[in-house]
Amino acid sequence: MEIAAIFKYLYELLASTGLPSMLVDIIALGFAAVVVFLFLALVALFLVWLERKVSAHIQQRFGPMRTGWHGWIQTVADAIKLLQKEDTTPANADHPVFYWAPIIAFVAAFMAYVAIPFGDGLIVSDLNIGILFIIAITTFTIISLLMAGWGSNSKYALLGGMRSAAQVVSYEVPMIISVLAVVVFAGSLSMVDIVESQAKIYQWYIFRLPFGPIAFIIYIIAATAETNRTPFDIPEAEQELVAGFNVEYSGMKFAMFFLAEFVNMFTVSAIATTLFLGGWQGPLLPSWVWFLIKTFGMVFVFMWFRWTYPRLRVDQLMEFSWKFLVPLGFANLILAGWMKSSGWFNW
Amino acid sequence: MSELRTQEFQINMGPQHPSTHGVCRFILTLDGEVIIKAEPVIGYLHRAIEKICENRTYAQCIPVIDRFEYCTSMSSEMVFVLAAEKLAGIKIPERAEYLRVIMLELNRIASHLIWYGTTSLDLGAITPFLYGFREREDVLDLFEMTCGQRLTYNYIRVGGVSRDIPKEFIPKCHEFLDKFQGKVDDYERVLTENPIFLVRNKNVGVLTPQMAVAYGISGPSLRASGVKWDLRVDDPYSIYDRFRFEIPSFQNGDCYDRYLVRIKEMRESAKIVGQAIEQMPEGDIMAKVPANFKPPKGEVYSRIENSRGEMGAYIQSPGDSKKPLRVKLRGGSYNQLQVMPELVRGHKVADVVAIMASLDIIMPEIDR
Repeated sequence: MEIAAIFKYLYELLASTGLPSMLVDIIALGFAAVVVFLFLALVALFLVWLERKVSAHIQQRFGPMRTGWHGWIQTVADAIKLLQKEDTTPANADHPVFYWAPIIAFVAAFMAYVAIPFGDGLIVSDLNIGILFIIAITTFTIISLLMAGWGSNSKYALLGGMRSAAQVVSYEVPMIISVLAVVVFAGSLSMVDIVESQAKIYQWYIFRLPFGPIAFIIYIIAATAETNRTPFDIPEAEQELVAGFNVEYSGMKFAMFFLAEFVNMFTVSAIATTLFLGGWQGPLLPSWVWFLIKTFGMVFVFMWFRWTYPRLRVDQLMEFSWKFLVPLGFANLILAGWMKSSGWFNW
Repeated sequence: MSELRTQEFQINMGPQHPSTHGVCRFILTLDGEVIIKAEPVIGYLHRAIEKICENRTYAQCIPVIDRFEYCTSMSSEMVFVLAAEKLAGIKIPERAEYLRVIMLELNRIASHLIWYGTTSLDLGAITPFLYGFREREDVLDLFEMTCGQRLTYNYIRVGGVSRDIPKEFIPKCHEFLDKFQGKVDDYERVLTENPIFLVRNKNVGVLTPQMAVAYGISGPSLRASGVKWDLRVDDPYSIYDRFRFEIPSFQNGDCYDRYLVRIKEMRESAKIVGQAIEQMPEGDIMAKVPANFKPPKGEVYSRIENSRGEMGAYIQSPGDSKKPLRVKLRGGSYNQLQVMPELVRGHKVADVVAIMASLDIIMPEIDR
C-alpha cells in the first residue's frame, strides 16, 4: 500500500473525531514533522556509515566491520560515544553565539524538508514557493558557520568560518541561476509542479538539451561547494585549518554539525532529484522508492567526488565561481528562457 | 566615518598540526590569507644522536643512526658505514655491495611512496594516500623477511650487511617490481593530469636554480629546478656506476615539477633494483672486520644521494679507539626547511602545505 494513503487515512480519522479543523491541521503537521525528523535522523546515520563504506572500498579497505553485519551499527555506537563526551566550551568563547551555532545549523538543515516531495503526495506542505523556500532556509547554514567561527574565539575557527561564508555566498549565485533555468521551464516554484512537469523520461530536465545538462552540472558543482565537500571543503580543510569552524566543538554539539552536514548532502541530492531527475516518478516501484533510489544515487556521486579529488585553494575557488560558473549560468538561463518562449522545445 | 583598520595576525602552525610532517612548527604572519612572514621553529625532535654516537662503538652507533632519518633508515646506515669503511680502508664483498644497492633503492621507493601519500593528503585527496601505503607495505615486507625489521633495519654493517636475503626474497621482489610500474601509472592517473592538482601545484613555490644552489638544496628538489645533480652519477659511491638509469630533471622548479621528478625517480629506482638482482653474484656478505674495530686516526666525510637530497656523515677518529671522537650528520631536509620562508612569502596558507609537501621535509633529519 502507498504510504501517502496511510497518512491520508490517519488524517481523515483525526478529522472525523470532530476536533476544530485548525487543531487537526496542527496535530497533522506536528506528526509529519516528527516522521520526517525521524526519517532524516536515520538517513543521516545511514549516510555516515555509507560514506565510510564507500570511501573504504574506493581506497581498497573494508571500513567498519566489527559492529554488526559489515559494521552497520557503527554510527549508532559513534553517536552514543559522542553523547557521553564532555561538552567543552573554550574559556574565552562568546557563549550564546557558541551555544546556538550548532542548533541553527541543525534546524536549518532539517527545515528544508518541509517542501521536499518524498513521493506522490508525500510532502509535508506543498508550498507554492517551494524551491525558493528551500534555498532560503538552507542558506541559514552560513549564519551558523559564521557564528561557530566567531563564537569559538579561535583563529583557526575564525578563518574557517570566514572562508565558508565567502564560499557559500559565492556558490549560492550559480546554484540559484541553475535552479532558475528549471523554474523558467516548469513555470512554477512549487516542487510538486516541477516534478509533475517531468512525467516522461525524455521530459526530465537533465535530458532537455541543451540547457538541462548544463544547468545540472552547474547545480552539482555549486551543491558540492554548498555542502562544503571535496573539492570545495576549504572551510574545514583539515590539513590547513585543522578542522575549520568546528575545531573547538566537542560532544553533542559536534555531532549536530556532523549530522547537519550529512542531512545537507541529502538535501542537495533530493533537490537534484526533484529538479532534474524527474523526482519520485518511475515505473513499477512505489514513488517513494524511486525518490530514494535517485537521491542515494546522487549522494553516491557526491561521495565519489570527495574520495577522488584534491582540494582547491580559496582564491581559485572564488575565481571558478565568479569568472566561470556565474557567466555560464546566466547564459544558460537566457537560453532556457528563449527555448521556453519560442515554444519549439515544449515536447 | 572612521577608517577601517586592518591588522596582520599571527597563527601558529604546529608542532601538533596534521600537515607539518612530524613536529615542525611555523609561526606565520598573515595578512588575511596571504603570508607575509613564515618563521620555522625546529628542535622538537632533537635526540642528540650525534652526541650519543661519541659514547658508542661503531657497531653500536648503527641502531642509533637508524633513527637519524627513519623514513630511509637504510640510507642513514649506509652513509655512516661508508664513512667508517673509508676511514679503515675496508673493501667489502661484491654480493654485499649489491644487497646494499637493492635495499637502498627499495628504501628510496618506500620513502617516495610516503611522500606521494602525504602530498596528496595535504592537498586534500585522501585516497592516493592509501594507494601509496599499500605498495610501501610490500617493500616493508621485503625488508622484514630480510632483517626482521620494518622501519629501523640495523642491516648495513661495517664490512657488509648483517645477513643474506632469504630464498623467497627474489621471487617476491620480482613480483613487486613487475606490478610496480603499473601501480605508478595508477598514481599518475589519479593526480598528474587532474586539473585541480595542476592549479594547486603549477607555479606554486617556484625555486629558481640560483636560489636552490645558494641554499644548498640537493636531491629531487634541486633536479626539479633544472640542476641535474645526483651523487649516484656525479660522485658515484658503492657500485652505482654499474647500472643504467636516468636522472629525471625538470626546468620550472615549482611544486608540480618536484612531483614529477619524484614519480619518475620511483620508476628509475625500480629499474636499478631489477638490474641489481640480475647481476648479483653469489659469495660472502661480510668482509673480515675485527670484532674490536678500531679505525686509524683521521677524519672522513662520506655522502650519498638520499631521497631527500645529499646525506652526509662526517666522522673524526682519535685513533686506537673503538668509539668515534666526533660524528656529524647532514640531511637534505635542513636546507629545504631553510628555503621555506622565502618560498612561501606572498602565497596563501594552503600553499604552505603544498610547498612543504612537495619539498618532502622530514623532521628527524633536521633535529637529529
